[in-house]
Parts: sequence; structure tokens; C-alpha cells
Amino acid sequence: MSQDIELDHVTMRFGALTAVSDVHLTIPAGEFFSFLGPSGCGKTTILRMISGFMEPTSGVIRIGGEDMSGIGPNKRPTALIFQNLALFPLMTVAENIGFGLEVRGIASADRRRRVKELLDLVALPDTADKKVTELSGGQRQRIAIARALAVEPAVLLLDEPLSALDLKLRQHMRSELRDIQKRTGVTFIYITHDQGEALTMSDRIGVMSRGVLCQVGDGRSIYDDPASAFVASFVGETNRFTGRVIAAAGGRAAIDTPAGKMVGRNPRDLREGDEAILFVRPERMVPADGAADHNIVESPVSHQEFEGAFVNVFLEPVQGRTIVVQTTNAGTSNSNGAGNPWQPGATTRITFRPEDAVVLPQSEDVS
Amino acid sequence: MKEVLRRYGPGLTAAIVALCAFWVVMLIVLPQLLMIDFSLRPSLPPAKLGGPEDVYTARNYVTLWNNTIHRSIFLQTIWASALVTAITFAVCYPVAYFMAQVARPKSLPLLILLLVIPFWINELLRTFAWYIILAFNGPLNLALVWLGLLDQPVRLLGSPAGVIVGMVYVYILFMVFPLYNAIESLDRNQIEAARDLGSGWLRIHRRIVIPHAKPGIAVGCIMTFMLAAGSYAVPALLGGPSSRWFTEIIYNWFFEGGNWNQGAAYAFILLVLCVGFILLMMRIFKVGLTDVAK
Ligand SMILES: Nc1ncnc2c1ncn2[C@@H]1O[C@H](COP(=O)(O)OP(=O)(O)OP(=O)(O)O)[C@@H](O)[C@H]1O
Ligand SMILES: [Mg+2]
Repeated sequence: MSQDIELDHVTMRFGALTAVSDVHLTIPAGEFFSFLGPSGCGKTTILRMISGFMEPTSGVIRIGGEDMSGIGPNKRPTALIFQNLALFPLMTVAENIGFGLEVRGIASADRRRRVKELLDLVALPDTADKKVTELSGGQRQRIAIARALAVEPAVLLLDEPLSALDLKLRQHMRSELRDIQKRTGVTFIYITHDQGEALTMSDRIGVMSRGVLCQVGDGRSIYDDPASAFVASFVGETNRFTGRVIAAAGGRAAIDTPAGKMVGRNPRDLREGDEAILFVRPERMVPADGAADHNIVESPVSHQEFEGAFVNVFLEPVQGRTIVVQTTNAGTSNSNGAGNPWQPGATTRITFRPEDAVVLPQSEDVS
Repeated sequence: MKEVLRRYGPGLTAAIVALCAFWVVMLIVLPQLLMIDFSLRPSLPPAKLGGPEDVYTARNYVTLWNNTIHRSIFLQTIWASALVTAITFAVCYPVAYFMAQVARPKSLPLLILLLVIPFWINELLRTFAWYIILAFNGPLNLALVWLGLLDQPVRLLGSPAGVIVGMVYVYILFMVFPLYNAIESLDRNQIEAARDLGSGWLRIHRRIVIPHAKPGIAVGCIMTFMLAAGSYAVPALLGGPSSRWFTEIIYNWFFEGGNWNQGAAYAFILLVLCVGFILLMMRIFKVGLTDVAK
């Protein structure tokens, strides 16, 4: 039977605070699903409700169609990987991984065999008899995954498991996690406030804000078609232009901003007069050649940020306001000579296509 | 040591070391050596001190072996102290676990206060309170009869049970706080992780909490055992002829028998026993001296 996870209008309140508000979502078996949101938006609370450490105030959680209410964490087909891993420091690696099997009364010979398989899976075959404290951060991470997988859960729940690692290791572990998920076919529910992590690993992402699940979709749709101002500004770098809608027709909206008239897609059907924000990604901004009456920003370049393959150019049209344009290293190299529009100090004209920008209601802007 | 030297300089360090050494030698080592010396000499009237009969002998130690009553009281004291330790542990472990892992941080100070308040009262008075509670016509007997658990009041005072109950009560704090400290330092996520992996509560305590709390358990047991074995007030007040404590015999040798040499020998045997118990506990719990010192 497929072990889909259903959150059926789940709400969790702590006194007056609503930590999770009416989340309704089905995560199909075998999916890598990420909850993405800023600190305190209720991600951990959702995870703890799925794993059984908390009961929702209202709503039902089902795993494989079965209502989980009243079923303790030790009886659910879930395994949780804690933010600090919570490996048992007084046990060896093998004892850690075998703990869940020991609980299930599996004979020690079978246990040893299973532990060995799992250690192979996480590519740490020779660590069985080591103390957990002798391992590096990345190794511990993998042992925690092996320990959770040992009990053959239908769902693996991961609470920001990479946040304690350094950047290099984090990037490595991303692909490792993705790989393990593909090989085992176990459903992963992953929590993070790092949008890069969510975008690179997940099949689908649920973006959360203040307990509300704002948007669910794959990485590309969340990045390219944000449904609200919050999602647009939380996921990825973006430039924003605030103003009032002056025209709306044919799926486009034009707004009147201090920088001039801006036109973008209008997915939310804003009408003339609505307060709105136009969002456009830095990599969608290009130098303007012709003249046009909209989507033109003319501004001095303040400075550059060199990232290697990419360069972020910061424009400062007015004191205290910055617009970021991302361009390639090749496009900004100094060999372009004195006419280089990206030189700090130069005044440059940039533009973007209306289909690359999106106009969203200002009222939902959180920041 | 180097740290101290760096911080206070050689002059002050020397002074600190000298003071510590003075304290240890004058107040601990010397009196003990004196006692050992006492214990190895026969008890003589003042006139014969230093005379030909004043020689070293193991006679005082042999007395315990030959005197069957004293020997059985000695063994009973050890056994009862071990029992007190075990019961105190059984009572304190749930309390300590509750305070350390379950209770909300807000209610914790109140809980600790409730535990500590009775101990602001002198040990003697607390024991007297038990004297009243355990009395033949006291509230405990009354309650037990009223509940139908007993047909008629029983003699609690003077029985070993009375002494043990009194001691468990008196030494609870010496067990609760080491346990609390040890359990409190356990990351709650570990308990939850074990639970998430399917473990029941018994196994969580056996495999996660108790192994982690071992140093605290060792400290609590050592303190309780030593205090129980060396206790005088509780058995003197709550005990009777059938529940005499070894300390009472030591007391009698010193202050009633007037035989300090014999008393010193008995006291020294008790000390050796306690040290032996400490080493045994440390061996059982596989903890080092440094763990215990924490
Ligand atoms: N046991 C609790 N009692 C009261 N309030 C709680 C409890 N647990 C969480 N909260 C509150 O619920 C809200 C959501 O918390 P949660 O831990 O789910 O956030 P999060 O998204 O995981 O944040 P972070 O990224 O910082 O871990 C927070 O405001 C938090 O203070
Ligand atoms: Mg969290």
C-alpha cells in the first residue's frame, strides 16, 4: 500500500499563538518534499506533529490512509532526524544504528548484517565499532541517516540536518541526501530555511510564513511564478518596484513606480488602482539598447560583487535603494574597455521583459 | 596547577598550597593516624601507658571477629545501609527524572524548594518527627488501620523498618541532587530519538538515561551509603534493641566503655568498609574519580 502522508486541515495553537494554521497538503509516497520558511514559521511544529511528539489542535494527519491521532512516536512509521542529530554518545556506531532493530527484537546476527548494509549505503563501511564522538560532522550526519533508515520508515523527517555543517560539506551532503533518497525510495520530508537547499534537493517545496502554507510547487514554479509577495522575496534574490496599478489587461499589469512605468505578468488579476509590487530576478535584467516607455531603469553603478562565473552588479538609482543585476563574468570583464556599462561609477540603462516580471499584491508583503 | 600558578604568581600559589596542605595534614591525616595508632594499642590505665605492656597489637581488631553480637550488628549495618541506599535510589530516581526532564522550567524552582524546605530543619528534629509519625499510636499506624491494611497497630519504632524509613527520608537530598544534575545534562532529543526509533520507556531508561546518569548515580549511592553507615542519630532515636547500628557500638566503646582503643579499631574498620564500598561502586559503574568529583 502506498504510504502517502496527508495533512488534513492541520492547525496547532500554543495558547494565543497559532504556530501552524490550517495546513492542507498531501505528500505522495517516495517524494522529496521540503518545507521552506523563515525562523519561527512553524516548520518544526509540523514535523513534530507528523512524527507524533505533538498532537494537532485540530485537523487530522494520515499516513497511508491511517489516522495517526493518539498514536505515539514509537508506533508511527516515521523516523525523525534531529537538528543536532541526537546520536547516542555512549554507544558505538553499530549500536546506534542497531538501536531501532534491538527495540524490535531482531536477533543480533541479523542486526549486524543490517547495520553493515546501512553503513555501506551511507558509504562508511569501516566505522561500525567506532565511538560516535570519534566521527566528523559529515560522518555523524550519515550515521544519523542510517540509524533512521534502519527501522525502515515510510517517511524520513529531517529538521534542518545540514545547518551545523560548513558550506562545502553542506553542498556535498545535499547531493548525498538526494542520492540516498533516490536509492531507498523512502519519502523524505525536509525542513530548511535555506532556499538553495530546498531548490536543489526537492521534488516539491512548500513555502511557509507565520504558520501558513503559502505555496506548494516544484522549485522552478516557486522561483519563476511566486504566488505572493512573500514567496517572491523569500525564495531567491529579487528586485522589487512598488507602485499602484495603472493598467491591467491581457494577463499583464502596468504599475506606476518612482522609477517609471513597469509592466509585468498579472497572475493575481490585480485591477487598476491596487497597491502592488513588481518583482524581477537579477538574472532577468539586461542592458537596454532601444528606447521604451516602460521597464527601463537608468542608474549609476555603485559596486560589483564577483562570484566567479557570475557577477552581481549593484545599481543605486537613489541613495539607500539598490537594484541587483546578475550578469556573467564574460559580460563584465574589463577588456570591454571604457564603454563597459557595468563599471562602478558608469551610468547604465537596464531593462527586462514583461514576461520575466511578476506583479503581486502589496498587502501580502511580509518584510 | 599551572593555571593557578599563572593566575596568582608563585608567592600566592605557595601560600595556597601550604594552607591546603596544612588543612589536610592537621585536620584529616593526623587525627586519622592518631586513631589508627590508638586502635593498635591495648587499653591501659594511665599508669601503665608507655610501660612494657604498651605494645602494638591487633587484638582490638580481632575483638570484632570474636564477638558474635558485634559481628552480626556490623554485618546488619552494612546490609541495612545498602538497603537504605537502594530504596533511596528507587525513590529518588523518578523524582530526579521528573524534575530534570519532564517538569516545565517554570515550576522547577518551586519543586526544588518543596524538596529542600524540610531540610532547613535540623536532622535531629526531622528524625523526631518520624518518631512521632511511627509511634505505636501515631498517625501512620492510625492511617494504616483506618485504611484496613492492618488489623491493629504494629510496632514500627524500634524495628529495622522504622530505622530504614527514617534514613531514606533523611538522606533523600543527597541522592536527588546528584541524580538530578546528571539527568538534567542529558539532551532531551536523545530521549525523543530513542522514542522515535520505537523504544518503550523501560528501555529508554535502561539504555539511555541510566547510562548517562551513571556518575550521578555513583555519587548519590556513595554519599547515601556512607551517611547511612555512619549515621548515629536516626538509629539511636528510631531504632531499638533489634536494630542496633554499628555506630552505636563505637559510641559505647568511646563514651561508656571508656575504651578508646577498641572504639578506634571499630571506627577504622567502618572507614575501610566505606572506602571499599566507594571503590566497588566506582568499579560497578565504571566511573573514574574525576567523574565523581564533577
Ligand atoms: N512547545 C511550544 N510551546 C509554545 N510555543 C511554541 C512551542 N513550540 C514552538 N512554539 C512557537 O511556535 C512557533 C513556531 O515554532 P517552530 O519551532 O515550529 O518554528 P520553526 O519554523 O521550526 O523555526 P526555526 O527555523 O527557528 O527552527 C514559534 O513562534 C515558537 O515560539
Ligand atoms: Mg525548527
